[in-house]
Amino acid sequence: MKGLKYAIPLVLFAALVAFLAVGLTRDPREVPSPFIGKPAPQFKLTELAAPERTFGPEDMRGKVWLLNVWASWCVSCRVEHPLLVDMSKQALVPIVGLDYKDKRADGLQWLATHGDPYRLSAYDDEGKVGIDFGVYGVPETFVIDKQGVIRYKQIGPITKEALDKTILPLVRKLNG
Amino acid sequence: MIPELGHFALVVALSLAAAQAALSFTGAATGRHALMGASRPIAIGQFLFVAGAFAALAYAFVTSDFSVVNVVEHSNSKLPLQYRFAATWGSHEGSMLLWTLMLGGWTFAVALFSRHLPERLVARVLGVMGLVSAGFLLFILLTSDPFERLIPAAAEGHDLNPLLQDPGMVVHPPMLYMGYVGFSVAFAFAIAALLEGRLDAAWARWSRPWTTAAWCFLTLGIMMGSAWAYYELGWGGWWFWDPVENASFMPWLAGTALIHSLAVTEKRGTFRAWTVLLAIVAFSLSLVGTFLVRSGVLTSVHAFATDPRRGIFILLFLVVVVGGSLAIFAWRAPRVGLGSSFAPVSRESMLLANNVLLGVALAAVMLGTLYPLFLDALNLGKISVGPPYFDAVFFPLMAPAVFLMAVGPVASWKRARLPDLWIRLRWAFGVAVVAALLLPFLLGRWSPLIAFGLWLALWLVASAVAQLVQRLEAAPQATLGAKLRAQSLSWYGMTVAHLGIAVFILGVTIVKGYETERDLRMAPGQHTAIGGYDFEFKGVREVPGPNYTAIQGAFDIRRAGSPQVVRTLYPQKRMYPADGQTMTEAAIDTGLTRDLYVSLGEPVEGGAWGVRVYHKPFVDWIWGGCVLMALGGFLALADRRYRVKRAAAVPAGAAAQGAMP
Repeated sequence: MKGLKYAIPLVLFAALVAFLAVGLTRDPREVPSPFIGKPAPQFKLTELAAPERTFGPEDMRGKVWLLNVWASWCVSCRVEHPLLVDMSKQALVPIVGLDYKDKRADGLQWLATHGDPYRLSAYDDEGKVGIDFGVYGVPETFVIDKQGVIRYKQIGPITKEALDKTILPLVRKLNG
Repeated sequence: MIPELGHFALVVALSLAAAQAALSFTGAATGRHALMGASRPIAIGQFLFVAGAFAALAYAFVTSDFSVVNVVEHSNSKLPLQYRFAATWGSHEGSMLLWTLMLGGWTFAVALFSRHLPERLVARVLGVMGLVSAGFLLFILLTSDPFERLIPAAAEGHDLNPLLQDPGMVVHPPMLYMGYVGFSVAFAFAIAALLEGRLDAAWARWSRPWTTAAWCFLTLGIMMGSAWAYYELGWGGWWFWDPVENASFMPWLAGTALIHSLAVTEKRGTFRAWTVLLAIVAFSLSLVGTFLVRSGVLTSVHAFATDPRRGIFILLFLVVVVGGSLAIFAWRAPRVGLGSSFAPVSRESMLLANNVLLGVALAAVMLGTLYPLFLDALNLGKISVGPPYFDAVFFPLMAPAVFLMAVGPVASWKRARLPDLWIRLRWAFGVAVVAALLLPFLLGRWSPLIAFGLWLALWLVASAVAQLVQRLEAAPQATLGAKLRAQSLSWYGMTVAHLGIAVFILGVTIVKGYETERDLRMAPGQHTAIGGYDFEFKGVREVPGPNYTAIQGAFDIRRAGSPQVVRTLYPQKRMYPADGQTMTEAAIDTGLTRDLYVSLGEPVEGGAWGVRVYHKPFVDWIWGGCVLMALGGFLALADRRYRVKRAAAVPAGAAAQGAMP
């Protein structure tokens, strides 16, 4: 039938609505990560500021710490960065950076400009560690407990609300 | 008491909007004049009540009434007056009220300026707008009440997000919403015409000024958002392909296609089904944009508080309005007919190509914006689509559209001959090619992309000049002044808008090709050179603001090699104690051919600071081009034929005219 083509927009719209409806049931910021409750993947990476030194999660064993995935090319990282700088000034919890798919010089320059809240940053230039951690996008932040188990994952920038209501209480609880 | 009155005004407005829809449709369907006649006063009343509710909320903000939750969460007694007022739409609830106010305003305008139109058409148009308005008022009352009380009242408010404490943010949302919501008029005309079964040149002529007006406001709104991002976010970018930006850009693309398609429908009676579909799509995208922004299904740097009930409501509303209108389209459009035919080379065919390219670009932007959502819904993982995708698909689609934009106005309707076009435009073409090849050397660096961008822009300018010269030669008037006056305002409008695109492309090309940026640490007394200027860091000091304290740096700027200070720039870092946020306030020396941009980063040891310095040649042309586009639209609106037709039609009793020559 010739008139049927006029119904194409309606059909396309129906498909769009179906997707939007499913989308509504999900929170784009909360991905149920299969890594929560599992030991953090092991890795050995050079430090961003000192290529001769290496870092691995076992170096932090016995401490509750945050692993914050960032990059100099990441726009949303600038949103959360002042909060991280603030946290490090108050020494609330050690934060380790994972500079993800970045150039070393760019990463260092970025820290020089925006402030460096990290105990150190591991340098993941190929993004392999990021894949092991199931990183979907930058920034992401993992809360890792004393036994090296991932307890929480923040997708997207850390907000003041997430920090005060979720991350810091969790850190306090894990620290006992 | 005032907030309760505001709430009550909303309830009254909702009942009036429902009555407006019900009476208009019943009247139009049964032909009862009394019912149709009632739609106009009811529409005006509805607008007045929404305006009253808005005034009540604005009053609560301006007087810092901290017994209202919304005021507590988004204002502060130390906030300067203009921002207390702007905070009225700084929240989700307030911005939905602003949206509804704009819709009421457009409805009011239609009610006032539609006396020359057929009674039944006006009734249906007002009916559709009443329905949309009722939906939004219901949404506000059920899920987003801005007048909710806080008992006991708070002593002080949390403050408006510092990002929004900016003159740009006072005007940006109203402009943007004027545009968004303005497409509801074209939409209502389209639905009314489909129901009427009459999609002719007269319908297109009536829709055109409304569409153009909405498009102008949307253009200005998007421009202000982009300029705001440039100077307020502190990293010198002006467009990020962020989902919220895309949500405003998609209706703009559809609206641009609609304006051109309406021109063809008015002049030649063709493209009818396509035009009516675009009118539906443009407004539907405004609604989808609202859904995307307000429901929180997509992550974005524009963070809004989200509530699942809101998402569900808007989605249902979308189904009713968009689904309903597309169903009417599927049902009625097969009968509207095709109109007259045209040759493969003609103004129609070029406008068709323009429409197709804009449509594909729109689809590409939409796909990129919704792709993360699609993948997530299909359980294929979460990703984000960034600028590389959008740049890669958008510019190749727009380049041929821009090329044709220069040719289209010269081509004749129905059938044009390629050799004629070549004769009329060969000089313009030659001048553009030569200038585009040579200019990059003058600017400092030659690259194929820069030359291509310059060529597109110069080609637009040169062909507009060629067309002007040819039109003046052909005009029968004796003097140059008379010849110039003989050209219609709508022609000038089109030309100015197209030149706006050229100016925009020049800005983008030159700033992308030649901008320089330096990220460095500077101690007081240190110099840095960029773009032929020398910057000397004089140090920082603390300055108080009304509701913040700022650390303010001072930078003396000199031309390289000259001892004279051209200007001193004062970038700031502002601390807002009310909510503990820090804001970077870049300092910009704006110029016709370049911006010098300084922003303060973080303090480093020894009194030194992280500093970001940019030299951005021609960056203001990006926004200047947008202003020209909107100006072109307003010029076209002022065209005599809209006024003459109205004046002539009113005494004649508003009969519809047939196709125009």
